[in-house]
Amino acid sequence: MKILIVEDDDEAAKFLIKGFSEAGHNPIHAVDGDTGLHLAKTEQFDVLILDRMLPKLDGLSLLKEVRADDDNTPALILSALGAVDDRVEGLRSGGDDYLTKPYAFSELLARVEVLAKRTGNDESDTVLKVGELELDRLSREVRRDGQKILLQPREFRLLAYLMKNAGTVVTRTMLLEKVWDYHFDPQTNVIDVHISRLRGKIDKDFNEPMLLTIRGAGYKLQKPENNI
Amino acid sequence: MFTKVISLFRVTAVRLSIIYTLIFGVLAVGIVFYMTGATVNVLREQYQASIDNEVTGLARIYNRGGINSLVRTLDRRARAPGANLYVVTSPQGEIIAGNVPRMQNGIMRKVGWTDRPFKYERFDDESDREHRAIARVLEVPNGMRILVGRDVSEYEGFREVVGRGFKLALGTMVALGLLTWFFVGRGALKRIDQVSKSSQRIMGGDKSERLPITGANDEFDRLSENLNHMLDQINHLDDGVKQMSDNIAHDLKTPITRLRNKAEEAFSLKSKPEEQQDKIADIIDDCDSIVKTFDALLMISRVESGSTVIKLEELKASDILMDVHELYEALVEDKNKLLNLELVLPETLTVMGNRELLSQAVSNLIDNAVKYGGNEITLSGAVGENQLVIKIIDNGEGIAEDDHTRVIERFVRLDKSRSMSGNGLGLSLVKAISEIHKGTFKLANNNPGLIATLKIPLLGQ
Repeated sequence: MKILIVEDDDEAAKFLIKGFSEAGHNPIHAVDGDTGLHLAKTEQFDVLILDRMLPKLDGLSLLKEVRADDDNTPALILSALGAVDDRVEGLRSGGDDYLTKPYAFSELLARVEVLAKRTGNDESDTVLKVGELELDRLSREVRRDGQKILLQPREFRLLAYLMKNAGTVVTRTMLLEKVWDYHFDPQTNVIDVHISRLRGKIDKDFNEPMLLTIRGAGYKLQKPENNI
Repeated sequence: MFTKVISLFRVTAVRLSIIYTLIFGVLAVGIVFYMTGATVNVLREQYQASIDNEVTGLARIYNRGGINSLVRTLDRRARAPGANLYVVTSPQGEIIAGNVPRMQNGIMRKVGWTDRPFKYERFDDESDREHRAIARVLEVPNGMRILVGRDVSEYEGFREVVGRGFKLALGTMVALGLLTWFFVGRGALKRIDQVSKSSQRIMGGDKSERLPITGANDEFDRLSENLNHMLDQINHLDDGVKQMSDNIAHDLKTPITRLRNKAEEAFSLKSKPEEQQDKIADIIDDCDSIVKTFDALLMISRVESGSTVIKLEELKASDILMDVHELYEALVEDKNKLLNLELVLPETLTVMGNRELLSQAVSNLIDNAVKYGGNEITLSGAVGENQLVIKIIDNGEGIAEDDHTRVIERFVRLDKSRSMSGNGLGLSLVKAISEIHKGTFKLANNNPGLIATLKIPLLGQ
């Protein structure tokens, strides 16, 4: 995956480049807004990672110029500004996701991978399918191996999000944002309980688990191992 | 003295009164000139009419009795006291009869009205006083000319009297005006001087100094009162900031010291990679919790300072509570506790609020109840006194009445909670969120347990 990282802080940039390279991606670094914009316009990327405060051209203006060219490459904005309204402003400028500094690299990696995947498919699919697990958004039915599974409305949305991003790690914060639409950080970990309840419904009666906990990162829904 | 006068001109009130007086003066002069001019015109027209009458009469006498009869009539009239002016000249231009010994040259040359009042001398007046008259010259068929005129000193005098009176009035007005400006302006200057001296002392660091209030209850007093009020508020905020930064320094030093100790420990665990890994994971967690503390602080100051930055929108009250309840229900059940939801409000009830912030406030309160409360927690929503009343009730140990206010302050953690995770900012944030919604936040006893009450005004109240 080719990723453009526009970040003026050398240390931070090195850390990101090392991390993304180790995760098997191809990060390209630009030190200021102008260089970043030039690269974004001349080359094709899978994801743009933009720092909000940049020399020469700030991240949001850069993104507006990219979007003005009908370029819809997914973009994630990194910022030290974390209040609700800063996030709204970031997303309004054409950002697809917003992450506040400081962040865990695993969080950034998970978000970038989900963003890159987004362009592939499914936003409009009515039936999501991962292995033998099927979710029908219209009839609101979920089946595994043809066996009907009853879910609460929120569990249904949670599973739909996990299935849409099957094979990719999603973090607790991402689930809280996308499934519950909350951007604050509850002091207790409320998401784990919801995941374990969902797991109880889709994995309990089956031999192979599909909903995995990835230590230090989050969760991943995938086809059972032996079926791959 | 001169600089004092110059500085008087810098007082707006004085400058304005001078401008007003000038405009008033110009207008008054204009009106007086117009009025005297009009009056004089009326008088002159009356004079002219009477002269015309007389001339017509004389012409009739001439026609009837010839030149001799005319001269006789003129002679008789000329001798009457306060008579008009009469002059008869021969065709050669010599004065042959009349009561004017001498007059301005060339008056008899033009038949008809004289262009303007002319000078003449009178037999009955020996003084040097100058006489002026208007007159009409008539030519009779034998070439002789007759002048009939009237002294105009009467209406010229009128003009003079008005002018003199006007000058006197104007002079008095200007003098009085200047005097008033001087005293009023000097008073104003004195007040302004006092205010600037006070503000200089305040700028110099004397924060208890306040602007003087004379008790006259005038605009200066009102201004000073408002400025003093503003200074009070600034002082209050300033104290808040000072206390806050002291707290931050103190409360962050502890976790940072802990962090440093752990890092040293990890460093010394080189030979045991497994343990080192755990230590480092621990360090990362500590960093995250410090960042969370900062985030909470920033959030509080943002909420407290920027009511304009945070957008409020119409929200359904029941949705907010149901969503947070749904988020926490599973967690609370897993801890073998109960989280009840009691909604006693119309489903369509709306408040002006920020969903994110209100949810966070409720979530903080439930978090606390889960941590410190008993085994049954109730989240309730009701309507009272035009407010949405949200209560989080638990049946735990509660908080001593004396600490109900103090525990809401930043970084205050009661002894019992010191061992638990948390930063002592949760309730401060709830308080700040209630304020941004123009609502209130209070704690009360549930005996046993705690009732946290968050009230948000309903839409349109």
